[in-house]
Amino acid sequence: MAHAEAAAHGGEHEETSTGLNHRKLLMWAFLGSDCMFFGSLIATYVVYFGRSKVGPFPEDVFSIPTTSVSTFVLLMSSMSMVLAYAALNRGSIKGFRIWIASTAIMGMTFLAFQVFEFTDFANHEVHLDCVEIRTNEAAIEELTDYEKTFVDECVEGVDEFEEQHGLTPRTNLFGTTFFTLTGFHGAHVTLGVIWLLSLLFFSFTRGGVTPARSLDVDLAALYWHFVDVVWIVIFTVVYLFGVFPGI
Amino acid sequence: MAEQIQTETQSDSSVHTGHPTPLTYFKVAMTLSVITAIEVGIFYIEDLGLGIIPILVVLSTAKFAMVAMFYMHLRYDAKLFTGFFVGGLVLALSIGLSVLALFKFFA
Amino acid sequence: MTTLAIPLPKRPAHPTGVLAWLTTIDHKKIGILYGVTAFVLFITGGLEALYMRFQLAQPGQDFVSPEVFNQLFTMHATTMIFLGVMPLGAAFFNFVIPLQIGARDVAFPRLNAFSYWTFLAGAILLKLSWFLGGAPNAGWFGYAPITGSDFNPGHGIDYWAVSLQVLGIASLAAAFNFIVTIVNMRAPGMSLMRMPLFTWMTLVTSFLLVLAFPVITVALIELMFDRFFGMNFFSIGAGANPLLWQHLFWIFGHPEVYILILPAMGIVSEIIPTFSRKPLFGYPVVVLSGVIIGFMGWMVWSHHMFTVGLGPVANSVFALTTMAIAVPTGVKIFNWIGTMWNGSIDLRTPMLFAIGFVFLFIIGGLSGVMHSSAASDAQQQDTYFIVAHIHYVLFGGSIMAIAAGAYYWFPKMTGRLMDERMGKLNFWLVFMGMNISFFPMHFLGLDGMPRRIHSYDSAMGWDLWNLVSSAGAVVLAAGILVTIINMVRSAKQGEKAGADPWDGRTLEWSIPSPPPEYNFEQIPTVHGKDAFWMQKRQRVSTVPVAGASGDSHDIHLPQPSYWPLIASIGLLIGAYGLVYSATWTGIIVGAVGLATTVVSVYAWSFEPVNEPVEGAAGH
Repeated sequence: MAHAEAAAHGGEHEETSTGLNHRKLLMWAFLGSDCMFFGSLIATYVVYFGRSKVGPFPEDVFSIPTTSVSTFVLLMSSMSMVLAYAALNRGSIKGFRIWIASTAIMGMTFLAFQVFEFTDFANHEVHLDCVEIRTNEAAIEELTDYEKTFVDECVEGVDEFEEQHGLTPRTNLFGTTFFTLTGFHGAHVTLGVIWLLSLLFFSFTRGGVTPARSLDVDLAALYWHFVDVVWIVIFTVVYLFGVFPGI
Repeated sequence: MAEQIQTETQSDSSVHTGHPTPLTYFKVAMTLSVITAIEVGIFYIEDLGLGIIPILVVLSTAKFAMVAMFYMHLRYDAKLFTGFFVGGLVLALSIGLSVLALFKFFA
Repeated sequence: MTTLAIPLPKRPAHPTGVLAWLTTIDHKKIGILYGVTAFVLFITGGLEALYMRFQLAQPGQDFVSPEVFNQLFTMHATTMIFLGVMPLGAAFFNFVIPLQIGARDVAFPRLNAFSYWTFLAGAILLKLSWFLGGAPNAGWFGYAPITGSDFNPGHGIDYWAVSLQVLGIASLAAAFNFIVTIVNMRAPGMSLMRMPLFTWMTLVTSFLLVLAFPVITVALIELMFDRFFGMNFFSIGAGANPLLWQHLFWIFGHPEVYILILPAMGIVSEIIPTFSRKPLFGYPVVVLSGVIIGFMGWMVWSHHMFTVGLGPVANSVFALTTMAIAVPTGVKIFNWIGTMWNGSIDLRTPMLFAIGFVFLFIIGGLSGVMHSSAASDAQQQDTYFIVAHIHYVLFGGSIMAIAAGAYYWFPKMTGRLMDERMGKLNFWLVFMGMNISFFPMHFLGLDGMPRRIHSYDSAMGWDLWNLVSSAGAVVLAAGILVTIINMVRSAKQGEKAGADPWDGRTLEWSIPSPPPEYNFEQIPTVHGKDAFWMQKRQRVSTVPVAGASGDSHDIHLPQPSYWPLIASIGLLIGAYGLVYSATWTGIIVGAVGLATTVVSVYAWSFEPVNEPVEGAAGH
């Protein structure tokens, strides 16, 4: 048994029935299990899609350009992560530190986008150009379903209608399911960032992160990429499908 | 330190034969970016109607698969790892779709 | 607690007494801890059942109030499933699996200790609810929206949801551990199709656990968020559909049923060949049936929901899959009977319980097939017929097999045999009590008696069979009492067992009872199924594996650790805080608990594997 825990500290050559490392096998089993976790959250989101009784709805709050940027940042962080692992395997601790730090920074950037997005949604304002609406019939067609419910507010003498109708987890089914799903993804990213920063920190201690113990980094990398692929699904299912007219 | 690097290089050649180079990783990243750009681009073509759904599903599946195969090394690693992961993934997908069907989502 | 933490990375060198148990990472000790704890909790669940049977013995009684009755049936079921049958199964996983596959421990010994202490934390939290403002009262399935804060103020449901999350962490950690252990730590030569059946069923069960528990985790998160933060997952006013809970719950809940029964099938598949002195009839078919059951267990969940109006198509599909899953189950039963056929059967207590399992499980299985017809189920839904069915499969099935396993492996755990005469008395009391108690429930159900009712009117005509059922419960309780007496007495003064009291077939019988800390002096080489049987009969040489030295002084075992225990204590404190997260005290307590766990996890990661041992060659 001793070899099992010894191997747990990085030795890649161990005698197991399959020749595979215990910890890596555990990580893959965990990722398979986490698929069921996110699968359940996504299913909940989709089941309740379009069933909210009050707004705001996805098309009122989502900004596809903004989320595309944060998606891009997370994708690039995966490349940076894999380069950190490759650098360590080459024996370049310095390269490892640079790439792992940039991965963590990109992860934090993604989280910053998410914080921005969440506060933006919570402070969402319905904004109507009443002059335009009165003069141009077609302008009403351009409004979202939710905005249309406010058209009556454009009474005589009001040129511009503005009222705060934020989206919070309590507002409607969309808010409840959206914040829970993306919030748990964000929690996964946060945990990942802490993990990466810990690895960066321990690369400065003696024997903390060494090429011989690259498995420690490999495991963190697998977790990080998994968080990335989950976001690939969320970006398409929640954001792109969520706002596309006709869906 | 030098000794450790030595062992690692040895294990590298013996265990991970045909390990990708940083250039491969970079190419993958570029492909991922391009696909994402296409996804967002397609999104603004309103003529596609519901036809956008299969296109986006295919494109994001491709992204998912590339990250799993190259960045998560499944292409170069033991089949058992793929089995564990894909097992959970396929189960989650089938159960999720069944639940949507039971809620008459596709009706 | 934190005082223990001060000598930070040092592991307790050679702890003795209580400290040895608190810091142990030996799978055998953890198995015994699981077994004893779960048995005590099983008895509390039994007492909750007895209260209900006293209340229902006569019509129109007021022995317990309706409010308490609701809490009783909720706690009885939750206890029996999550604190009784599952951890009793885990006790055998822990004790037996490394021995059966010829390993010195599990893959992650400290994670294993963490699983046990976290299970204990969850159990304490759930049971505490009785004394801290009332137990949960919405049934073990906790259907929405009755679990919502509008209909269920108070903290009972909070305790239920939070403790199930904690128990989920324990189960997941254990299941990951056993997957890796079984896949990766088999003795040389033990290919998958040479693994003992119990090991096989543990592997299938572990996969079911890691895939099913995330679903209930999400469902409980949704419930907790509704209750704690006023979200809308199950608020009908906001357009929510409470069927979502039912789907998520049963997507978990049906695999959970197989999580409860597959280990039992594994135990029985070990015992019947041993006491029939024949190899298991159709080994590959039995393995395959177990795997198919595990796989098909995912396709049947909506048969718990035939009456909610899913429509004829969905009902037909799930009726068909449910009927189909009876096939692999039936195959197994024929294989057990085939194993006994022409065998020289030795009716010792483990075998009696195993045969009792086959007999009772057939009855439970048949009533299960009756429910699979959606039309017929509409009559049976929510009646005592269902209660009868579930007790035939979970008591007649799981518990009978666990009792068989306890009698079978007790000598390996303690070195002493359990008393055979008391064992027979034990079996017959439990078997009779179980049937007298649960069989009349079939009649009551078909007579229309709904389950979960607090009292009934004499005019309904249910008096006789309720009285019989309650009398049976007393007989059953007497049977369990005999189990306790027999265990305690035999552990102290039972007959010495020796290494191989049953002429066993698998590797655990090849080593002394109780096994030494390192289990196997030499890691055995396996040449076929029933490895030890072959070794005894054909005198197959066991060539020691390269590197495994015959000198037990050279075997390095990882040393005990404080951190699994402290991490679990942190979880207990954190979960307690979470229940009261609406108050500042709750938040502070929760944060303290979380911080304790986080610190423990870091300390755990950097704990050296072994303190340098005197004269040991470095690894």
